[in-house]
Amino acid sequence: MCSYLTVPADITGSAKGPDGWFSVTSASVYFDHPFHAPLEHALNIDFADRDRGPGARVAVELSADSARELVRCIEAALDAAGEAAR
Amino acid sequence: MAVREEALRAANVLIPGHGGDEMNAYQALTGESGPRPGVLVIHHLPGWDSPTKEITRRFAANGYNAICPNLYAREGIDTDPDDAAAAARGKGGVPDEQFLGDASGAIDALRALPNSNGKVGVIGYCSGGRQSFLTAVSLAVDAAVDCYGAFVTGTIPDGFPLKVVTLADRTGSLRCPLLGLFGDDDKFPTPEHVAELEHALVAAGKTYEFHSYEGAGHAFFATDRPSFRPEAALDGWQRIFSWFGTYLADSEA
Repeated sequence: MCSYLTVPADITGSAKGPDGWFSVTSASVYFDHPFHAPLEHALNIDFADRDRGPGARVAVELSADSARELVRCIEAALDAAGEAAR
Repeated sequence: MAVREEALRAANVLIPGHGGDEMNAYQALTGESGPRPGVLVIHHLPGWDSPTKEITRRFAANGYNAICPNLYAREGIDTDPDDAAAAARGKGGVPDEQFLGDASGAIDALRALPNSNGKVGVIGYCSGGRQSFLTAVSLAVDAAVDCYGAFVTGTIPDGFPLKVVTLADRTGSLRCPLLGLFGDDDKFPTPEHVAELEHALVAAGKTYEFHSYEGAGHAFFATDRPSFRPEAALDGWQRIFSWFGTYLADSEA
């Protein structure tokens, strides 16, 4: 199936692409056919700065299990940081 | 005489799209002389990618002139296709009006080729399947193939991020014979969605042929994905070439 669904988020941070580091302002999250990963469907995340054009993007394509594990790790890291991460 | 598949020529070309916008397109031309039909190939939501260009070459290898326009060209002609697809997706996809302007430009380019027989077919996959149907109810084409296009029928979910509408109510405007190829296990479109379209085609008295493959789901033609189903794809390709062979043949032949 094509889910077509996209969940956008405004974010603050940086990412490193082929031309080096740049600021990212948005993340698009969707579960759909990947472009590269050998999976029927993948949890895809595009970190991007839309103001700099389509090429200002760092993309990841993860299996559903990998994505859930990543969510768990992010939560664990933030929890471990305590006040600093609030 | 068999078509010389090795004689095809392929290259990127620039053609006018919707509103006169410059659009890049992948063009694969048959090496055969004489009047030849054309095929408009519509890429899927992931974009103007290598597998779709391979499909375009397949038509040229089988005696057709084929063009696959980059529907995301407005994200930059030199932009990587995957980056362009991500940007277009983030904007809710391509509006139907813009798509039809681009499709019209590609159809004109096919008919302007020196060895064109004036006939043009259209084929699309995934979101391109819906756009193939949209082309067939909107523009002057001679045959159409819809490969598992979602949202031709059914209901658009609330809050759906893409700018799409269903098209079943336009079935009466279908201008050419329609071949539909689907997978029984697909969720978009489901067998119920396919049945709804078939019902509309019957009611409108249109020429069509549908095949839905057991054990296949969405994107069973995609050789680079786990969804690939060789038996369904092989049978599907034979039906595509039979369909276009019947309806795009040179009238003078």
